[in-house]
Amino acid sequence: MQFMLLFSRQGKLRLQKWYVPLSDKEKKKITRELVQTVLARKPKMCSFLEWRDLKIVYKRYASLYFCCAIEDQDNELITLEIIHRYVELLDKYFGSVCELDIIFNFEKAYFILDEFLLGGEVQETSKKNVLKAIEQADLLQEVGIEISTVFQKICSNS
Amino acid sequence: MPAVSKGDGMRGLAVFISDIRNCKSKEAEIKRINKELANIRSKFKGDKALDGYSKKKYVCKLLFIFLLGHDIDFGHMEAVNLLSSNRYTEKQIGYLFISVLVNSNSELIRLINNAIKNDLASRNPTFMGLALHCIANVGSREMAEAFAGEIPKILVAGDTMDSVKQSAALCLLRLYRTSPDFVPMGDWTSRVVHLLNDQHLGVVTAATSLITTLAQKNPEEFKTSVSLAVSRLSRIVTSASTDLQDYTYYFVPAPWLSVKLLRLLQCYPPPEDAAVRGRLTECLETILNKAQEPPKSKKVQHSNAKNAVLFEAISLIIHHDSEPNLLVRACNQLGQFLQHRETNLRYLALESMCTLASSEFSHEAVKTHIETVINALKTERDVSVRQRAVDLLYAMCDRSNAQQIVAEMLNYLETADYSIREEIVLKVAILAEKYAVDYTWYVDTILNLIRIAGDYVSEEVWYRVIQIVINRDDVQGYAAKTVFEALQAPACHENLVKVGGYILGEFGNLIAGDPRSSPLIQFNLLHSKFHLCSVPTRALLLSTYIKFVNLFPEIKTTIQDVLRSDSQLKNADVELQQRAVEYLRLSTIASTDILATVLEEMPPFPERESSILAKLKKKKGPGTVTDLEEIKKERNSDVNGGTESTPINASTVSTPSPSADLLGLGAAPLTSSAPPPSSTGSLLVDVFSDSASVVAPLAPGSEDNFASPDLASSEVVSEEPADTVHDADELIHKFVCKNNGVLFENQLLQIGLKSEFRQNLGRMFIFYGNKTSTQFLNFTPTLICSDELQSSLNLQTKPVDPTVDGGAQVQQVVNIECISDFMEAPILNIQFRYGGTFQNISVKLPITLNKFFQPTEMASQDFFQRWKQLSNPQQEMQNIFKAKHPMDTEITKAKIIGFGSALLEEVDPNPANFVGAGIIHTKTTQIGCLLRLEPNLQAQMYRLTLRTSKETVSQRLCELLSEQF
Repeated sequence: MQFMLLFSRQGKLRLQKWYVPLSDKEKKKITRELVQTVLARKPKMCSFLEWRDLKIVYKRYASLYFCCAIEDQDNELITLEIIHRYVELLDKYFGSVCELDIIFNFEKAYFILDEFLLGGEVQETSKKNVLKAIEQADLLQEVGIEISTVFQKICSNS
Repeated sequence: MPAVSKGDGMRGLAVFISDIRNCKSKEAEIKRINKELANIRSKFKGDKALDGYSKKKYVCKLLFIFLLGHDIDFGHMEAVNLLSSNRYTEKQIGYLFISVLVNSNSELIRLINNAIKNDLASRNPTFMGLALHCIANVGSREMAEAFAGEIPKILVAGDTMDSVKQSAALCLLRLYRTSPDFVPMGDWTSRVVHLLNDQHLGVVTAATSLITTLAQKNPEEFKTSVSLAVSRLSRIVTSASTDLQDYTYYFVPAPWLSVKLLRLLQCYPPPEDAAVRGRLTECLETILNKAQEPPKSKKVQHSNAKNAVLFEAISLIIHHDSEPNLLVRACNQLGQFLQHRETNLRYLALESMCTLASSEFSHEAVKTHIETVINALKTERDVSVRQRAVDLLYAMCDRSNAQQIVAEMLNYLETADYSIREEIVLKVAILAEKYAVDYTWYVDTILNLIRIAGDYVSEEVWYRVIQIVINRDDVQGYAAKTVFEALQAPACHENLVKVGGYILGEFGNLIAGDPRSSPLIQFNLLHSKFHLCSVPTRALLLSTYIKFVNLFPEIKTTIQDVLRSDSQLKNADVELQQRAVEYLRLSTIASTDILATVLEEMPPFPERESSILAKLKKKKGPGTVTDLEEIKKERNSDVNGGTESTPINASTVSTPSPSADLLGLGAAPLTSSAPPPSSTGSLLVDVFSDSASVVAPLAPGSEDNFASPDLASSEVVSEEPADTVHDADELIHKFVCKNNGVLFENQLLQIGLKSEFRQNLGRMFIFYGNKTSTQFLNFTPTLICSDELQSSLNLQTKPVDPTVDGGAQVQQVVNIECISDFMEAPILNIQFRYGGTFQNISVKLPITLNKFFQPTEMASQDFFQRWKQLSNPQQEMQNIFKAKHPMDTEITKAKIIGFGSALLEEVDPNPANFVGAGIIHTKTTQIGCLLRLEPNLQAQMYRLTLRTSKETVSQRLCELLSEQF
């Protein structure tokens, strides 16, 4: 996967994750172009489209569009389910996630994504394992105690 | 504020985000942001040291501002400071900021790398995870240099925790993608392969991605992954849906891992080990079987995950391209999807079938779905799906269905989305050319393209139609007639004017006999479009006009008047003005002979790859233009150690591939398909030992003349049996009525001819074009005449340079003298070395008796008087034969004139008949010839009668002319 974008129906970018090195200018250009292209599509249309030399896979959840750019040999359907699994992870973490959760807790959305996808590839597909990693991190934050003791706890948990 | 805010919420951040969201205008937002930036800047610069929490909060605000699309030029240092905090939450925000906002500030990179190094060494899995995520997110060369050696160790160390292994694997993958040179292969690679056996499916998932990428570049080192991947896959597909616990996704066991394993297997050819191969085939069959089972859930996630695995399995089947059974099953499965109610599945089925169409095992199976695909083109509401349908039609097209597919594409073009019109135009143009059996169909198709979508017909397309018409004389008359008719339309596209102008300028004479398209009418028609056209088109038309001056002397003054008008001679455009002035002058001062030479018919175009195909490739990106041959080649190159690679020279010569020559202009089935490989292997046929043949005495006395033909027998390999003279008399017939054209062509060599004859003398220019990029060595063309022919025909030539560079053309002049009438044609034998192989080609050289014809005009009375004088049975030769071409009066006339005799009008009492007269000049004698051709339209037959003073002449001329109609 080359990048993932989350944007609203109004075209506001909510999350961007780039797995290939691009300049800020290019990123902005791509984002603008894609948001426009995807928003122009009608609801019943298929979830895939060719764009430049990439394949775009997108899906809308409520007010948010999730949009991934994959390469020619990559599998469109499994990418669609990558999106779904990410939505499930967000949903489980925030408890019926909405756009606002992602706006106000954008850093969390990034952390969850990093546990699930790394370098553009699926790292861990088990919902349990991803959420466990995030929750342990939260535990570290909430307790705010000496790291080393928590660390021992994590080790014994896993 | 959202109801849930986990972790330690940063209140200040939440307030700031709310403020931004409440801004009523863009200006207000910018104002609020600037205020915040000023605040943060002052905090960072202030004397008071900030505590970790505040630093984290401000860094996070900066990040938010950046993600809104604003530039951030400070705060990096504070973020780097956070990395060395031993509070997890601060470290995490620091890493996030770096991941999103890093730039190659070297000072900073050094500090960042330092922090990462500490975390990697901490042996704290959470910190190690953060550090690895950061490397994977940034992936810069500096990081690769610093960590690419370290990460493999972490990956394979026995005590590394699973989650860290997963991150390490993908981190290494990212570094390998950006900087493969920094990632050393070594002992670790074999241990990485064994991660495919790991108990933890998450580790296997991450490792498979890494192995796939590494295997693409280092196939040998990762070869053992094949059997491990097969057994892993086998265990997954046969597991019950609950076995894999959390790795089962909507009742589908480990779909992501399955897809990745199938992808890994696509880096290799089918497994050699029979057991592994059998197991893999079982897996693929199981996956295909599951597709037929009723769904375990109605959720779309279930079907998507299941079908993702299915499509990847089909990709692997296509990649292997070795199991006809699986290929056909795959095709049937995709056939079902073509009519599925899910748009996504229809789209993917169309896409996947495109590649199936290129397999010889499944091409026919794909073709059975043609009606469904055509229907998709008509009914799909989504343009991207229709686009796939167009692609598939293009891929499944072959000679059997080309007419239907081209017709459907043309239909669709009328309503097609603007975004894909140009591509469809290119595709139609390519298919029409590739599969044209009848070139009139090709001409019709291209003119239709211009009519329907003229704006999308690029230059390449209309250049190409002109090239083809010029190179194929059988279609020239038809093309002239058709463009003439198309130009009658009150509003026609400028591209049509260009094509029409060019073609009529070259071949307008072929239809000028019809009073409805007389020279003046042709000229007026073109000129009526002149003023509406752009400058380049007008320039082209001016050239057409001067060509008309040569073709039709009777309208010379009309054309001169036009050229002389102020709007031309004083045209503001320099190019137009210059053309008008020069053409006018040329037409005034040049003699008829000079005009005829200067404005002669264009010579045939050299063969090269269709520029249209090149354009389509450019448009679609390489590899997406479906061409069986190319896909095979590509596949060969990416299959590691797959099918043995064929040396280029061998494959170009000996494989009679169905598509290698498809886009060559000379691709008429008769003339240029590659010669079949000699079945008897290495033939040492000594063609020249036949005493009946001798080398024509070319440039007699010259020692360094052509190499001795005996050399041929000492050569070991002859790719083509040299005793096969190409296409026998076909080539001769092609040139009976014309003097210029392409004589021969294969993948290596093209031979073009240009010749002129006067009385009993002639001169022929032979052009040898090297189509490859490699030199031909010892290039030796030899003219061979039998003893008998040698006494009637004297050929003289000079040897050519024995080296022909790649892409170069060499020319050879043959001086011809006809001593007495003759029956056979001389043979042109060409020998040369290409790469390591010896090439030997023989073709008949089209020097035929009729070339020495001089036309004789005579009145009706004279004609019949002479006709009666030649009434001796030996003097007459008659042939009744079936028409091989459409019976078109104008074309017939042109052919009789091309044959060399005069065409006598109003001589035969029956106006449908054609009569001609002329004299054959030889050195020893002159032979008067009369001919009469009587067409019978109902029966589609002709009767041809030749009367000459010499029996053999009557016989030969009758033979030659009979083949022309």
